Amino acid sequence: MLKVQAISKRFNPGTINEKMALDRVDLTLDEGDFVTLIGGNGAGKSTLLNCVAGVYGIDEGTIFIDGKDVTRLSEFKRAGMIGRVFQDPMMGTASDMGIEENLALAYRRGQFRSLRWGITHDERNHYRELLSSLGLGLENRLSNKVGLLSGGQRQALTLLMATLIRPRILLLDEHTAALDPKTADKVLELSDQFIEEGKLTTLMVTHNMRHAIKHGNRLIMMHEGHIILDIRGEEKQQLTVENLMERFGKASGEEFANDRALLS
Amino acid sequence: MGQIMLGAVSLGLLWAVMTIGVYITYRILNIADLSVEGSIAMGAALAAHNIVGGMNPFLATGVAFFGGMVAGLITGILHTRLKIPALLSGILTMIALYSVNLRIMGKANLSLLRMDTVYSTVEQLGMVKNHAVIVLGLFVVLILVGILYWFFGTEIGCAIRATGNNPQMARAQGINTDNMIILGLIISNGMVALSGALIAQSQSFADVQMGIGSIVIGLASVIIGEVLFGKRNFFNRLLSLVLGAITYRMIIALVLRMGMPANDLKLFTAMTVAVALSLPVFRSFLKPLKKSGKEVI
Repeated sequence: MLKVQAISKRFNPGTINEKMALDRVDLTLDEGDFVTLIGGNGAGKSTLLNCVAGVYGIDEGTIFIDGKDVTRLSEFKRAGMIGRVFQDPMMGTASDMGIEENLALAYRRGQFRSLRWGITHDERNHYRELLSSLGLGLENRLSNKVGLLSGGQRQALTLLMATLIRPRILLLDEHTAALDPKTADKVLELSDQFIEEGKLTTLMVTHNMRHAIKHGNRLIMMHEGHIILDIRGEEKQQLTVENLMERFGKASGEEFANDRALLS
Repeated sequence: MGQIMLGAVSLGLLWAVMTIGVYITYRILNIADLSVEGSIAMGAALAAHNIVGGMNPFLATGVAFFGGMVAGLITGILHTRLKIPALLSGILTMIALYSVNLRIMGKANLSLLRMDTVYSTVEQLGMVKNHAVIVLGLFVVLILVGILYWFFGTEIGCAIRATGNNPQMARAQGINTDNMIILGLIISNGMVALSGALIAQSQSFADVQMGIGSIVIGLASVIIGEVLFGKRNFFNRLLSLVLGAITYRMIIALVLRMGMPANDLKLFTAMTVAVALSLPVFRSFLKPLKKSGKEVI
């Protein structure tokens, strides 16, 4: 489904701030894989996601989605294949536009936009049903501006938008990190539900070891631009936080140093 | 006094066309586009030159509209394809257009006295020019409001709004944000040039200087409209722009009548806009700190 071959990304090349964010990373996601991606600060997790989404061009390597070489495709062209939810709840929606208008934008992802109405009557009913499945009462606020919603509501809406047209890959970039624990759990629960129902191939970045272990069928750990652990199946199900930290120490030769990961 | 106010209304209607153009870039695309200073004069220059050359005034006005669209296209390409900051792209087009406009007219100003204009057709129905300007101005403004109301509800229109509101989100939803910015600038500058063509024909001359400060007038009208007439929904916003442009002209007519020297006009307008734009800052001083509510999904 997703095949990343030897991709490298260097930030600020030729300056004293030069940073090798990704160093010949290889990664293959099979159809239906739900991969959690964890690592310390600056490990390259978000960079990897942004390279897959096309936000950054890569310096070397190739990216295939669904067997198609997308390395040179711009971000908006790849969008038809990719659903994304960001860390910042403000980022995934247009705050001055209505809930239904945001959904209508997502409904046309990857399609040619013409001078037809931006939202139709049938769509509205469809959205109302989908929103009521979130259980947040948004189905009665279709024309409300998204800017009026709480962070959790916005993330839930963004999640719905990302999966409205079935994405070939769903990219979740620490999408619960900015929420309080209770809201984060609710959004994660919704994510699980969407991923399971749609059998979506998913790559989820998280800084929370518990979440990384609990969710998905495969866990990948990154360190300094490399993938250092790739645990799946039976083995993943038996992981514990202590066990994971120990394996990190062996693989990287360092102590796991991410306060956010340890404290949460 | 009544005559002065009537003049203010007619001029306000013509400037409303320009105000809507400024609104598209400033509020919808979230770009302060200075190329409008050049394109308003360009619209005037193109219309005047062609009318003097014997072209049908309606066709000449259409040519002006088209010319403005080209100006917007150039600013859009400078900004999106060549990655020049929006403000600077607009300034570059504005400066370039100054020379272009001189070339179009062949001199710094062109008189349209005793020429057939778009208003002559309406005057033939038995109206004085001032009334003809109001009738035709109102006609043009209402048609444009209708078209824009429809357009920004279409798929492409929604994509432009999303681009201005949150470009990152727009790209993630598969919207080509660069093209949407270019398209918005094209529409905006086309309208501004159309406004310039209508203004030149109503005042019976085109002047290469007439664009100076027009962006500030446009912004003043946008803000006055929003503050006085509301922004509840898109239709309301469009009407507010028209009323804002008319109100601005009435205010100017009033202060001039009260004895303010005409030379101080631009200073007065700039100060008005500065105060209006800084209102949120003053408000936040006055408001007590808000309690931060806990986020519940």
